[in-house]
Amino acid sequence: MIVHSHDSLPALASFQDDFARALFDPDGLDQCAPAVAALVRQPGFAVYRNTVMKGGIDALQANYPCVARIVGEDWFRSVAALYVRAHPPRQPTLVDYGDRLAPFLGSFEPARELPYLAGVAQLDRFWTEAHVARDEAPVDPRVLAALPPQQMLDARLRPVASARWAWFDECPVFTIWQRNRATGPFDDSEIDWHAEGALLVRVEGVVRWLALDGGMLAFVAACADGGTVADAVAATLEVAPQADPCRVLCPLLEIGAFACPALAQQHGEEPR
Amino acid sequence: MQAIPSAGLGLKPEHYADALAAPADGIWFEVHAENYMVEGGPRLAWLQAIRGRHPVSLHGVGLSLAADAAPDPAHLARLADLARRCEPFLISEHLAWSAWRGRYHPDLLPFPRTTEALRRIVDNVAQTQDALDRRIAIENPSHYLRFPEHEWDEIAFLTEVSRRSGCGLLLDVNNVHVSARNLDYAAEAYVDAFPAALVTEIHIAGHTADPSLGAALLIDSHDAPVADEVWALHARLLARIGPRPTLLERDGNVPSFAALDAERAIATAMLRAPLLNAA
Repeated sequence: MIVHSHDSLPALASFQDDFARALFDPDGLDQCAPAVAALVRQPGFAVYRNTVMKGGIDALQANYPCVARIVGEDWFRSVAALYVRAHPPRQPTLVDYGDRLAPFLGSFEPARELPYLAGVAQLDRFWTEAHVARDEAPVDPRVLAALPPQQMLDARLRPVASARWAWFDECPVFTIWQRNRATGPFDDSEIDWHAEGALLVRVEGVVRWLALDGGMLAFVAACADGGTVADAVAATLEVAPQADPCRVLCPLLEIGAFACPALAQQHGEEPR
Repeated sequence: MQAIPSAGLGLKPEHYADALAAPADGIWFEVHAENYMVEGGPRLAWLQAIRGRHPVSLHGVGLSLAADAAPDPAHLARLADLARRCEPFLISEHLAWSAWRGRYHPDLLPFPRTTEALRRIVDNVAQTQDALDRRIAIENPSHYLRFPEHEWDEIAFLTEVSRRSGCGLLLDVNNVHVSARNLDYAAEAYVDAFPAALVTEIHIAGHTADPSLGAALLIDSHDAPVADEVWALHARLLARIGPRPTLLERDGNVPSFAALDAERAIATAMLRAPLLNAA
């Protein structure tokens, strides 16, 4: 039988359990094996503790630039540290770390004075998701326009893989996000306080965005549900009876929000 | 593909256009594999465009080979997929752990070099090489802690991992300098004892002193030019083992591409020097 003295390190797995716990819980040393507790007391342990925390916080700051710009770097990094403790990274791919920051900010008491902050976080998140989504060519609007009317109404448009959209009932989240995302002089003109929607999509390597009104939102949602263009027009008219279907569809097609797999095949385009 | 004994640069997104346009004078680029494990978009497109013109090397930080667990199959599959996409001339990972029980710690964490750990790491390296169907290289990490419990010294440990798994070794000269200063041993002796035949790649980088402890604790921060002591160690290594693909890493305070390329030129000149000496 092998007898370990109290000073010997535990087997590799227990060592890793203790070391990982100590990274996040400076006061939990009494739960660690004495040999691990002795490591934690060396000055160099702080390097690991700091690097692990910094890695998560840096990734959040990179992935949520508009939130960080609005609240300032110090406030952001303090909140990010709380988030890292509550929702530590699960994957080494930190490119898309932080998928729960928007709801986290939504229920974060000190952020209550900024009712748009969770929505801004959601749009930052959409930007990241659009940026790394699968490549997919949108339908060419001219191909769609060339169809006989009935065939066009029967076509099924599907939001491309990178398309993300949302509706914000209570504040002009998209306007606020867009101003903070823009480079150049900051637009600080007065904001009309209204509900609004937004769609983000990556086209030829660049993430672009478009304001959505209620009719456009209904159109996109109906297409995402698998409906035909006719279904989507009906859905639009239900929420916006005065809407002109062309004015709803054209900006969505122009920005490249939709794919149409059936048409792409007919026209011999290789799905990408 | 044959490893190229020239000097390369860590690829930064702000340098994509410069990297693509750089003369193909032996320059190559290394990326952290995890940053390119995405489904699509401009990152991958840039990497593939740059790969169309220059050799590329993949450097992983997330396989967690020293964890007491097999590598995550999904992560291995993503690495294999990326390797298929960009046909790297080298793939490397670290003698460290980062993922553990479903949680990822963004760092290269230390462990006691025991025979138990050795067996686990050999298994993990073998699984990785099987999944990739090629040899990888394992890098010596920077050290900040003294482990009284080490059963193996690092060079013997790495050599044994290589002997049992067939992997190559990536010698990070800056890590040697940082570790030697932090743990109070002779960096020159370490570099002199490193098994020349196993070295498939060399890393050089800058470091900084700990903000509170100063020179008593050096941090492997990659946010400064290569220090004179590290250049000296590197020259000493090259004089003994000859030229190897050498990567200049820079991850913080990233200067212009031209400034990094000028620093790379020093490495290039040093790679040529041992050949001249030998002639």
